Amino acid sequence: MSVRRLAEKQPATFAFTPENEAWARLEIAKYPDGRQASAVIPLLWRAMAQHDYWLPKAAIEKVADMLGMPHIRALEIATFYSMFNLEPVGKYCVQLCGTTPCMLRGAQDIAAVCKERIGEQRHVSADGLFAWAEVECLGACCNAPMVQINDDYYEDLTPENFRTLLDDLAAGRPAKKGSQIQRISSEPEPGKGPTLLDPALYDGSLVGAFNQRVAESIAASKQAKN
Amino acid sequence: MTKVSVDGKIIDVPADYTLLQACEEAGAEIPRFCFHERLSIAGNCRMCLIEVKGGPPKPQASCAMSVRDLRPGPNGEPPAMFTNTPMVKKAREGVMEFLLINHPLDCPICDQGGECDLQDQAMAFGVDSSRYGESKRAVEDKYIGPLVKTSMNRCIHCTRCVRFTAEVAGTGDMGAIGRGEDMEITTYLESAMESELQGNVTDLCPVGALLPAPQSFRARSWELQKTQSIDVMDAVGSAIRIDTRGREVMRILPRINEAVNEEWISDKTRQIVDGLRTQRLDRPYLRENGRLRAATWQEAFAAIAAKVKAAPPDKIGAIVGDLASVEEIYALKNLMRAIGTPNIDCRQDGSKLHPKFGRASYLFNASIAGIDDADALLIVGSNPRREAPVLNARIRKRWLRGNFPIGVIGEQADLTYAYRYIGAGLESLDPAAVKPPESCKKPMLLIGQGALARADGAAVLARAMDVAKAGRAIAGDWNGFSVLHTAASRVGALDLGFAPAEGGIDALAMARGGVDVLFNLGADEIEIASGAFVIYQGSHGDLGAHRADVILPGAAYTEKSGTFVNTEGRVQLGERAAFPPGAAREDWAILRALSDALGCKLPFNSLNALRVALYRDYPHFAMIDQIAPGAKFESMDGLAASADKTPFKSAVSDFYLTNPIARASAVMAECSALALGRARQAAE
Repeated sequence: MSVRRLAEKQPATFAFTPENEAWARLEIAKYPDGRQASAVIPLLWRAMAQHDYWLPKAAIEKVADMLGMPHIRALEIATFYSMFNLEPVGKYCVQLCGTTPCMLRGAQDIAAVCKERIGEQRHVSADGLFAWAEVECLGACCNAPMVQINDDYYEDLTPENFRTLLDDLAAGRPAKKGSQIQRISSEPEPGKGPTLLDPALYDGSLVGAFNQRVAESIAASKQAKN
Repeated sequence: MTKVSVDGKIIDVPADYTLLQACEEAGAEIPRFCFHERLSIAGNCRMCLIEVKGGPPKPQASCAMSVRDLRPGPNGEPPAMFTNTPMVKKAREGVMEFLLINHPLDCPICDQGGECDLQDQAMAFGVDSSRYGESKRAVEDKYIGPLVKTSMNRCIHCTRCVRFTAEVAGTGDMGAIGRGEDMEITTYLESAMESELQGNVTDLCPVGALLPAPQSFRARSWELQKTQSIDVMDAVGSAIRIDTRGREVMRILPRINEAVNEEWISDKTRQIVDGLRTQRLDRPYLRENGRLRAATWQEAFAAIAAKVKAAPPDKIGAIVGDLASVEEIYALKNLMRAIGTPNIDCRQDGSKLHPKFGRASYLFNASIAGIDDADALLIVGSNPRREAPVLNARIRKRWLRGNFPIGVIGEQADLTYAYRYIGAGLESLDPAAVKPPESCKKPMLLIGQGALARADGAAVLARAMDVAKAGRAIAGDWNGFSVLHTAASRVGALDLGFAPAEGGIDALAMARGGVDVLFNLGADEIEIASGAFVIYQGSHGDLGAHRADVILPGAAYTEKSGTFVNTEGRVQLGERAAFPPGAAREDWAILRALSDALGCKLPFNSLNALRVALYRDYPHFAMIDQIAPGAKFESMDGLAASADKTPFKSAVSDFYLTNPIARASAVMAECSALALGRARQAAE
């Protein structure tokens, strides 16, 4: 994370589409009188989705006005959450998970592909199609490493299939969402069979095994000293 | 009440007290940055950590936990807190070390140095050297308005300023953008704050991040002489402290007065300091052949004496301005009585309030602290946000507590709280139509000078009284009929009876040419027609001085000891902090010297002698800091008819430029221009 500011180039105005406007009214109506400000995150998010996945100043002001809150309150929220992009992110906004499970499963290799294919983080690529950023855990650890592109998850990435994925998106070819290998949802990987079948897991024999191992290793090191 | 033990001392406190309040009650001092009595609890600085037994087994932020959350001991002992154990000391030292990681070591060049909470507490809990090897955080300074200079590297994110603008000021100007290490305190895209109370954030800031911009790098707190005084910028009479160095007023700060201003003051009160230095009248002037020339006191007095002797007494008049203290009004009244004229008036705005209607008819009878007890409010012809921002904050505070319906007749403006707009003028002020809900026991009616300073002002006053009676605002012990004044001198002058007596003419008639010799004691908001010989006595070269034939240089409110009576009738004494410039003198002394030259010497030679006479004639002025009880209404029968449908307008159109001192201030001019720009933008 770094200091986040609004983009330098800003559109003059922002207005919800009629559908989104109606949706926003419904969203606001969910909250009791005087608590309309609670709808700020959904509204900002919808505004962002409508506006090429980034939030212009006019949209922040529009949402604040709709909810009767001072502009600064809406800006606080837009700058607090990294899910709100404050600058243009190209047609495809790639959010790469870099948290521990993905990192252990090779997120750094995926980051290298991003760097090579798209460029520096938080910059739109020359063709205007991509921008990428490393974000915190997106909650798909079992299928690590993964990225989120716009609204969809792409999982079980390798540098090769990730390159293909980017090429497909750039060319406008349909891309497979979810796992990029033959895995369905978060089932075990094809060919690896069902896991967690060891009966020892369930008979209680492993409870406290850690303590026992620690005691054994301490005893062993004492013996070695003597 | 709950029994708790603080450092072994057992005390009894209300169950809703926080641990911090309970500790203070027991006499233990708790360091804090984010906690403030008048703001909501944030609990984010962690400096107030204490050890508790009967609670979680960890250092506990005492500001954010209440006494009722603690469990008693195993044998029913009261819950115990400790504020001076090694655990507490270590915990606070840890917090302090974290706070100082990113705080620059620039105390020697920081204006807050010497009155800085962080500096003081670092003396108690700081370690001698840093263990932090990495780069410090750097934050861009922000523009947040002409009154507050920022130095954001110093910010420790206590969010007191954010909470103040959101809760007390009600404008929601400030906020914290970003998060974690990148959190920054700012206004929306660095726009200027809009509140009339924004200067208070510099007092709230526990470090040197927000500092008063006009006083930047001008003085050190320890070299200033501190004088307790009373503000005259509006009729609230806020308690202030005037800090001077040598002859110069360096800054004005609020003092705590729960009954009046709590601990806030408006920006005008705080920042007219530069107005006290410019446009000053420092010697007498005399108009000769249409031009003013510097003169001696003797020349000026001789010119006045010649004119006064030549005029018949009923062609002589006197007007008192908005900033005069009771002492000089009393002296002027005695002088006019000696001359034998009935033409005296303190209502330069044309207000129709008059002592003959009874003292209760021109006081804020509910009292300012009484707003907290009221349960409904009708505002008539007033914009309290512009006329008395501190009082407006009090209304907002009451409104935030809920169950406080507010109605407005007059201007439809942003008052920082929601209200029901009833109408624009007198026709809406109908006793049957604006009744408060039946359940209300203490409804208030606040009437401003905008409704009273018009030709049918007396009729409006009488009608408002009817509305107040019909709406139970005047019933039994409760008197919610409250007149909001805009002039600091007004209530004192009305108490002295400085209004046209039988056969006398009022200020507007005098200014239109009703008198041949007009004595003008600091009235700068009134246009005086040519013809009359005008003697202006005041401190600043403003409208009154431009029109004057003789100028007598007086003292500004910081330069004299004077009594002021605020809008609720509270008598308060302001002390002298500096001396008037050049040949200028204290105003009562000028009038005393002039009376000698006119051959009707006033019977006092010192301020004390004047006060002895004043207290003899008007005993309630001796009740300093109190409101004399027993204010009564006199009959207003037969006045209530008026068909004037002109909408009520607030008496104050530009908050920042309401008096000659403020108009002399460059800082106020800048604020005024900004506010005007905002108003234009909003109108588009």
